Order: sequence, then structure tokens, then C-alpha cells
Amino acid sequence: MSIEVANVTKRFGDFAALKEVSLRVNAGELVALLGPSGSGKTTLLRVIAGLEAPDAGSVLFEGEDATTRHVRQRRVGFVFQHYALFRHMTVFENVAFGLRVRPRRVRPTRAEIRSRVSELLRLVQLEGFARRYPSQLSGGQRQRVALARALAVEPKVLLLDEPFGALDAKVRQELRRWLRRLHEEIHVTSVFVTHDQDEALEVADRVVVMNAGCIEQVGTPEDVFQNPASAFVMNFLGTVNVFHRRVDSLTPEIDAVEIQCPDELPAGSRPARIFVRPHNLEINTHATGKPSLRGRVQFINAAGPQVKVEVLTEFGEVLQVETSQERYQALNITKGSEVYVTPKEMRVFFDDGRPNSA
Amino acid sequence: MRFARSGRRSVIPGFRLTMGFSVLYMSLLVLIPLSTLGLWAGRLSWQELWTTFSASRTLAAYRLSLGGALIAAGVNAVFGLLIAWVLVRYRFPGRRILDTLVDLPFALPTAVAGISLTAIYAPTGILGGLLDKAGIQAAYSPLGIIIAMAFVSLPFVIRTTQPVLQDIDREVEEAAATLGANRLQAFVRVILPAILPAVLTGFAMAFARAVGEYGSVVFISGNMPGRTEIVPLLIMTRLEEYNYPGATAVALVLLVLSFMMLLAINLLQAWARRSAPV
Repeated sequence: MSIEVANVTKRFGDFAALKEVSLRVNAGELVALLGPSGSGKTTLLRVIAGLEAPDAGSVLFEGEDATTRHVRQRRVGFVFQHYALFRHMTVFENVAFGLRVRPRRVRPTRAEIRSRVSELLRLVQLEGFARRYPSQLSGGQRQRVALARALAVEPKVLLLDEPFGALDAKVRQELRRWLRRLHEEIHVTSVFVTHDQDEALEVADRVVVMNAGCIEQVGTPEDVFQNPASAFVMNFLGTVNVFHRRVDSLTPEIDAVEIQCPDELPAGSRPARIFVRPHNLEINTHATGKPSLRGRVQFINAAGPQVKVEVLTEFGEVLQVETSQERYQALNITKGSEVYVTPKEMRVFFDDGRPNSA
Repeated sequence: MRFARSGRRSVIPGFRLTMGFSVLYMSLLVLIPLSTLGLWAGRLSWQELWTTFSASRTLAAYRLSLGGALIAAGVNAVFGLLIAWVLVRYRFPGRRILDTLVDLPFALPTAVAGISLTAIYAPTGILGGLLDKAGIQAAYSPLGIIIAMAFVSLPFVIRTTQPVLQDIDREVEEAAATLGANRLQAFVRVILPAILPAVLTGFAMAFARAVGEYGSVVFISGNMPGRTEIVPLLIMTRLEEYNYPGATAVALVLLVLSFMMLLAINLLQAWARRSAPV
């Protein structure tokens, strides 16, 4: 089932959590709402679920207005960050809950409920846990029970609010891959909220980046990572080096030269931020003839697939540089070494928010 | 059984001293007086005991005390839960004042409560006058006794339920709603099972308190033997007649009853711990 959010505004007192947000989620899609805390992503999810009523705008399911439809009638499966399992019920009863509360004429028989619940427990790989209580499960297991419970009512839409937020790193990784596979299996339209960019980029078909109650960009993971639409998106998706400079607004394809000289103000220039990802900075021990920034190595972290080097430039800016292990060995740099850093790929966003003129 | 000494060193030293003091204190205050009660009653023959218990005046007093306490505790279980709900779930001006007022029946001398209740519910009082017009006699009737009992046992259910309600995550209710449960189903299937042990504990404590209540009830009851005479008052009457064995025989039943209530409360709490572990 497709979801359409049209011009939704939601305020909590003086705080505008959502400002005229519009979004379309296609049937069968897995979409991530990504943003920092307070960006409105959870509020948007709750508006879609019907747990919050929007102050303005509408929510459409399959083209039908569902704005005033009660959460009970929306047929959404909702998975909460802290699971919200019923503590006094066994795993079986938790999953069966949605079926048991149905009106008598549409309620499945006991045998049907039993087979449906065991089928779901198999799906979330928790066979044999049916008689346990939530307190006897690990965090990851609890979240899978919550997911099975949400799926039991055969929702047309599955909504997950920071589903892995309360779990430790290793379990998160496993669960997010598992969620991806599960989605490929059941293909229910799904929206999940996360503040973890890796999670969003790894799991989702499309990523919606949110900031301060607005949508900054919608696109495939590759799209938002490679072509960020705004400085915010660039900044939020991964580590990035920022240079505050003035840039000639007529030729925004800038050269590394312009990064070099922070004080020079070409005519017709506008203040801008130049973004360079750590892996797009090349590090050398000698001047190569290409425009580069001179600096000293401040810190090296060689534990990991990439070596992270922190460089303090002659202008007093601290740069994060990432380089391969092989190159690091070849360079033979240590803390205090003098290095030359050359940007290979840059992105410019003007501070006044106007797009690049190119 | 392991003694505290055998484990790690405790923060407060002097296990022997503190333990000895605890035993002495409990003995002087609780165990010795209560066993004396048993001894006194033991002086009566079975025949005498039976006549004391089966006397219509005694039976009427028990019926009134237990029945009245049961009704008062039951009413408080329902409305106490309601008040606890309001105090936990809503934010309104004066919430803290209301929250403090709940404890007033604890703090107030029961005689003061008795006098004020009587003043209001007597046929000449504000509420009593209205009820009188409707043909209902409040003061000097079983109804008045129940009102006084409900007054003194009000805080129990509220205070036992409040923390448990506070613990219930709003998300649990939202989860029930997304799964298609209506309000009644969400309450009966999700909230009530979680708070029921606490409500029952509060109910049992309120009941125990109401059975034993003396000070506030004697003012409003009118104390007519066989009609509005409660058990504690009957004991008092027997004592004034220098009928010590008779008084203790009546008291013994109350003692056994209290023990049973205490046992019930403990069992309920054990059940609550088992059924709702974190």
C-alpha cells in the first residue's frame, strides 16, 4: 500500500515538529527517515501511524484520505524503540494479541491463531520461545517479538521507530541485515526511523533526510551520499571536512587553490562552505606541485581497514584524512610529520542558501 | 539459612547488636502482647468460647465490621484506582495539593475525622440533610460506618497503585491501539493485569484498616448493640464490663483475621513480582 503525506504540519506548543512536510512512499518500498534528534522524523512516523494528529495537511493510504482514521482502523504495524511488549504476557500471547482483540465475527479460531503465531515466530527465528516472558529475552529477541506482534495483524504498512536504537552495535548490524532480508521476503510497505546514517544507507531502498521539521532530501542511499542536496545532508551523512571560504559565485567548480587562501576575497565572491570527505583528501610527505594545504600530523588511528589521520593545517584547521593501510605504510608518517594534503573532490554550498549558479 | 555475617562485610557494622535489638523490640511490642491475647482466651473453655462467638450480638458485630470493611475497601479499590489514574496521567493545576490531600486520612486523628463526618452526615448536617430528604439515613446507620471506614482506608489503594501506574509505559497502550484493541480491551487486557496485584494489595490493606478502625467509626455509628455496633467497640464494651476473657475471645478472631490478611498481602506481592518482572 502506498503512503502519501501532504503538507503536514505538527506543533507541540511553540515547537514546530513538522513544517509542511510532503512525502510519498511507494507500495512495497522500504524507506528510512534519517535525521538528528528533534528533526521531526519520529513525529512524522507517528502521524502516519495515527498516533499523532497533524495540525494541518493530510495522510493518504493508497490515495484514500486517512487523516481522521483512528489508529485502530489504519492497519499499521508499529514497532517501538523500547519494544513496548506486554510484560505480563508470554511471547505467544504478545504475538497473538492483535488477533485475540478482533471482533468476534472476524476473529480467527484458536487453532488458526496458534498456527499463525508459530508461523510468525518461525519468521522472526524465535521458535521455542513461545512460553517465555519478555523479561527472559535479550534486547534483540524482544525487538523481534515486537516485530512478529506487529506483523500478526497483517498490516498494510509497517512502521518502525528506531527499531535497533536500544541494542548494542553487533546485534544492530545483524538485525538490520535481517530486516532487509525479511522485507525482501514479505514486501510490506515499510518506513523506519533512524538517526544512524549507516543503518539508513545500508537497509533502505530510499532515504529521507530530515532536519528541523523539514525534509532536506529524498533519494536512494547512493544518491543522497554522492549528491547531497544541501550542506546539512553532506554534513550529516558521514564525517566531512568543512572549509569556510569565500567562493566566486560565477565559477563554483572550485579548485584546491581556493581552499588554500582563506583571506583572499575575489570580486563577486560569496561566503560558502566547502566540503571534502576524509577519503577525498590525498596525503603526501612532499609538495607534489598540485595545490595543497601544508600541515602537521596530530593523531593517527591505524586500527581498522582505513587509517585515520588528523592533520593540523597552517591555517589552524583540523582535517580528518582517511587513507589505505598500504599507502600509510608507504608514507611512513608519524605524529608530528610535515605533510601536504590535496583535495581530490569537493562540494560547495553557499551560506546564503542560494544554489550554485552553475 | 545464611546469616548476614557470612557474606560480604555490611556497610553498617554490628550485626549481633542490631539483630538482638530487633528481636527484643519486636518481642516487646508485638509478639508478647499478642501471645498474651492467646493465653487469656485460652482460659476459656471451648463451651464458653463458642457461646461468646455465637451470641447474636457478637455475630452481628462481626457481620457489620467485616461486611462494612469489605464494601468500604471495594469502593476504595475502584475510586482509589480512578484517583491514582488521574494523579499519574493528567497534569492540572492543584495536582500536588490533591496528591497531598490523599494522605490526610492518615495524618488526621481519627477522632477529628469522626466528629467532622458525623457533623456532615447527621440529619442536621449538610449532606445528611439532603440524604434524609431522600429517605436515606447516613449517620447512626451501617451506611455511616461504611463512610467512616472508606474515609480512613482511602489512601491505601491510591498509594499502592500510583507507582505501578507510573511505571506503565504509554507506548504499551499505543501498541495495543495499533494492534486494533479498543480502549476497553486495552484497559482490561494490558493495563489491568499490570496493576491488579497492586490494587489487590491496596484493597487488602484498606480492608484490614477498616476492620480495625475504632476512633472515627464510634462517633458516626450510634453504637446500637446488634445494629450499629462494630467489633472493636464490642471488645471495649466487654472490657468495661470487666469481662476480660470475653473481650479477648472476640479480639482473638480479629487477630487471626489480621494474620490472614497479612498472609494474603504477602502472597499477592509475591505473585506480582513473579507475573510482572521487569
